[in-house]
Amino acid sequence: MKFSESWLRSFVDPACAGDEFSHLLTMAGLEVEEEVTVAPHFGGVVVAEVLEVGKHPDADRLHVCRVDVGSGEPLQIVCGAPNAAAGIKVPCALPGAELPGGLTIKVSKVRGVESFGMLCSARELGITDDATGLLVLAVDAPVGDDIRRYLDLDDRLLTLKLTPNRADCLSLEGIAREVAALTGAPARFAAVEAVAATISASRVVVLDAPQACPLYCGRIIAGVDAGAMTPGWMRRRLERSGIRPISALVDITNYVMLELGQPLHAFDNARLTGAIHVRMARNRESIVLLNEQTLELQEDVLLIADERRPVAMGGIMGGADTGITSVTTEVFLESAFFAPKAIAGRARRYNFVSDASHRFERGVDFGGTRRALERATRLIIDICGGQAGPLSEALATLPERSPVRLRPARVVRVLGMAVSTERIAELLSRLGLPFTRNGEDFIVTPPTSRFDIEIEEDLIEEIARLHGYENIPAPVPRALMSMLPQTEAVRPCQRIRQILADCGYQEVVNFAFVEEAWEADFAGNAKVIRLANPIASHLSVMRSTLIGGLVANVATNLRRRQNRVRVFETGRCFSRDPLGGPVAGFRQPWKLSALAYGSALPEQWGSALRNVDFFDAKGDLERLLAPLAARFEKTAHPALHPGRSAAVVVDGRTIGFVGELHPRWQQKYELPLVPVLFELDLDALTVIPLPRYAEVSRQPLVIRDIAIVVDQALELQQLDDGLRRNSPAIVRNIKLFDVYAGSGVEAGKKSLAFRIVMQDTQKTLLEADVDAAMQQLTAYLSEAFAARLRV
Amino acid sequence: MQNFDQIIQDALLAFAATDDPDALEQIKASFLGKNGQIPGLLKGLAKLPPDERKLVGAAINRVKEAVESALHARRESLRQMALAARLAEEALDVTLPGRGEARGGLHPVTRTLERMEGLFRSIGFEVADGPEIEADFQNFTALNTPEDHPARSMHDTFYLQDENGGVAPGILLRTHTSPIQVRYMQAHVARYAGAETMPEIRVIAPGRVYRVDSDATHSPMFHQVEGLWVGEQVSFADLKGVIGDFLRRFFESDDLQVRFRPSFFPFTEPSAEIDMAFMSGALKGRWLEIAGCGMVHPNVLRHVNIDPEKYIGFAFGMGPDRLTMLRYGINDLRLFYDGDLRFLGQFV
Repeated sequence: MKFSESWLRSFVDPACAGDEFSHLLTMAGLEVEEEVTVAPHFGGVVVAEVLEVGKHPDADRLHVCRVDVGSGEPLQIVCGAPNAAAGIKVPCALPGAELPGGLTIKVSKVRGVESFGMLCSARELGITDDATGLLVLAVDAPVGDDIRRYLDLDDRLLTLKLTPNRADCLSLEGIAREVAALTGAPARFAAVEAVAATISASRVVVLDAPQACPLYCGRIIAGVDAGAMTPGWMRRRLERSGIRPISALVDITNYVMLELGQPLHAFDNARLTGAIHVRMARNRESIVLLNEQTLELQEDVLLIADERRPVAMGGIMGGADTGITSVTTEVFLESAFFAPKAIAGRARRYNFVSDASHRFERGVDFGGTRRALERATRLIIDICGGQAGPLSEALATLPERSPVRLRPARVVRVLGMAVSTERIAELLSRLGLPFTRNGEDFIVTPPTSRFDIEIEEDLIEEIARLHGYENIPAPVPRALMSMLPQTEAVRPCQRIRQILADCGYQEVVNFAFVEEAWEADFAGNAKVIRLANPIASHLSVMRSTLIGGLVANVATNLRRRQNRVRVFETGRCFSRDPLGGPVAGFRQPWKLSALAYGSALPEQWGSALRNVDFFDAKGDLERLLAPLAARFEKTAHPALHPGRSAAVVVDGRTIGFVGELHPRWQQKYELPLVPVLFELDLDALTVIPLPRYAEVSRQPLVIRDIAIVVDQALELQQLDDGLRRNSPAIVRNIKLFDVYAGSGVEAGKKSLAFRIVMQDTQKTLLEADVDAAMQQLTAYLSEAFAARLRV
Repeated sequence: MQNFDQIIQDALLAFAATDDPDALEQIKASFLGKNGQIPGLLKGLAKLPPDERKLVGAAINRVKEAVESALHARRESLRQMALAARLAEEALDVTLPGRGEARGGLHPVTRTLERMEGLFRSIGFEVADGPEIEADFQNFTALNTPEDHPARSMHDTFYLQDENGGVAPGILLRTHTSPIQVRYMQAHVARYAGAETMPEIRVIAPGRVYRVDSDATHSPMFHQVEGLWVGEQVSFADLKGVIGDFLRRFFESDDLQVRFRPSFFPFTEPSAEIDMAFMSGALKGRWLEIAGCGMVHPNVLRHVNIDPEKYIGFAFGMGPDRLTMLRYGINDLRLFYDGDLRFLGQFV
């Protein structure tokens, strides 16, 4: 809501001004979003009349003017403006005047001719950018008047960012009411008197949709002059409120809307036929609006129709072929109440808004419908002439304003501060909220202008607002000091993220909506979740894996010459699942994904450079999992190299995967090197066992190494599992320390070297015990895996 | 006797003449070895008369001790020299870079979220989480948002397609983390269904949220932290107290002003917008919108079966992205979601 402060001050004129005034509005919930002055600072400029324009003796383009500035003797002023002409009134800067930008006017000689001032363009006064010529003022401008006063240039234009509940402040009167309540300054509103009918012409109005439109007032005004000039003061107020003047008739309806908050519509009465019907649209009925948009309507759109056709979208916009034109002589003027629910969202559905729909969908004072019509009638007759017909009014059931009970104790409890009943009574009165008392309680009946007072809390907000949110204390609250639970066996996500950061990964946050191709490439997902209204086609599908984002992060960073990339993300992933989660049909697990690309370690003078590989990622993964231990099982994953990927299994459950990106995707996504990555269910990482103490044996350790030759295809895990089950009790640990294939080992075989740690819990091991244990192990390996000892 | 002093003198000179430990041992042999001078003297003792033998013997032993002592001293000195030489040789350019993995870092918004969680935890707020594909009921209806509210339109809120390509009814991407509160309150009420009194609810709900909006200052995905305190005596004054306390702790400064100004949200009444201004620095005196808040609307409590006459509370919703920008002086929201290591690497 944009308006001129001086217009507002014609209704209520509090002592506070400038920033203080803006602050007052903002702190009352009418946020001042923008404030601008109409003109910059300047002074010493008056209204002047050009009496004579003569030629400059020495310059073709200059004129020598005689100018009346209202101080007796006319002044001689040299002027170069092409539109200088005798008889026009223009602003004149007198000697000593200070113009915007700091220019001071002096008596001077211009090419030898004395000049006692300067005639000004709008640009020179900082009012508009128009520098084509002198600013020509109205013929009745009073000569000698200070131009600032004459053009009201000390005015400020305020733009309020109103919340949707404060539709009552979408008018000058509404804001004035609020300012009066806030400041105690008296508000003066013009009395509006009914205009007596001088002709009998009228139209019947039928309310066919009384819930959507319970009140419709209309009147014919005949014999109007559509070409009448809009008065300067009205033009100025409209312009300063952001509304472009069009013609007197239209300007008047807009002016009354701004002044009183009631949108009006003026039809060309000659274009209407028969009675006016206020009804819902019939399916696929169409209308051409004033903005030349042609709409095909749905049945929940309210129409104003005559006997033949729709003539307006009720409360939203009039039709094109019944609008006011330059040849209009008869007006049918409409002022109605349209229910917010009948208007809400309709204009937006067709991708436009209008000042009328903006107001009606928030709520227009249905106590002021008639008054606005009378006000506009008066202005039309005064400005455009004409004769008013009788006011016809169709009335069904208007909304009721139910009384709201306000308990002073509740005010105190909600606000957390003492407020006396006297203070409550005072504040309600200032707000114009009429009340009766019932014991301690106030019974408040909200006025027809307020659509936001339905419950006690609404009134408490009004009390708080007027008392001032700033004046409510802000103590540090007191509460029970019971401790929050802290489960040691649950590792917070924070800790998990920190481990990865410590492993050199940088956390990223990527969008949860991704390219559809990513879902196919990195998850083999055919049942993607598509957005119905994506912001862009490459952000159209909900991700079921975090990998796509990380691969894209590599590409982005490579373009920026960052050649080593280690990134991770934690986030929800999404998949369709008929049994799924808290929202039926969808699984939304948290996942963690990490990706490493480029050199295994930051490039360093003393370390050999090598690219990150599967076992680097696996090492980071194992660090992350600890104390959980995982098994790694060969797997086929659409994102990964089939021979270099594994499922991560903890306690028999697959919780994720690790591997090299499939060469196909490496090529498609144009990555010079192979990324390695892993993705895990975050939930599986958070629950960890509590440590449990086992006694440390004091007996000496015996260590033996053994190297065996087995089939190349044999996985270590199989050996490990077998050894774990089949080792003698004294074997504490078997650790692989070397893998070798090549010369000395036959083709298709590999040599594995293990370090075997033995210890008894009770006694010192004898040589014989150790030999027997080693014997048992080698026998088992030979039998189970056809392993032979390598010597 | 003079001869004996000469031996000591010779030995000292000979030991000092070499830097080589092996040579020193050779030299030692010429004095103390089997065929060395001193054993030679001892052998000569037998030829002396018994009364002289004792005297001369003692003198030879003194010579031997003196030479041995000189030898040990020289050995030690050579060891020291060798060590010093080795140390000198082994000296490194300690200014060369160290080896190994560099540290990564957390996303700046994560830093903020963790700090917010910590601060609110310190006054007894739990941290709750919830789904991001959310039901219309939890995201809007339970929060008292009217059916025809503009926020519900496809212009503002992301909706999903159903499996046939139509718009899936009642399913959306949450537009705020307030639905977590709804779910938390529902669970809380269920947990204490039989109990005489319900313990207070103090919870914050951080998370990612989605709105159809993308320009220099809006990202279609961003973060929010919603807070909720419901109890028998929780007031607007408490809300002001908690928020002011939080902002001063978060920015680690008392040098800031906080103001609450009336606003409107369907789910709170009275409602307020929270602005903050630093009293020094680059943003000095500028009011910055930080959060929306208010007293929980009675309808919201009713939707989760909490009696608004008995229980009362406040809720707030803050933008951690905004707080992060203010905290670290970041001027472009889009940096958060771009994955640029040159930016993210500054938050190690």
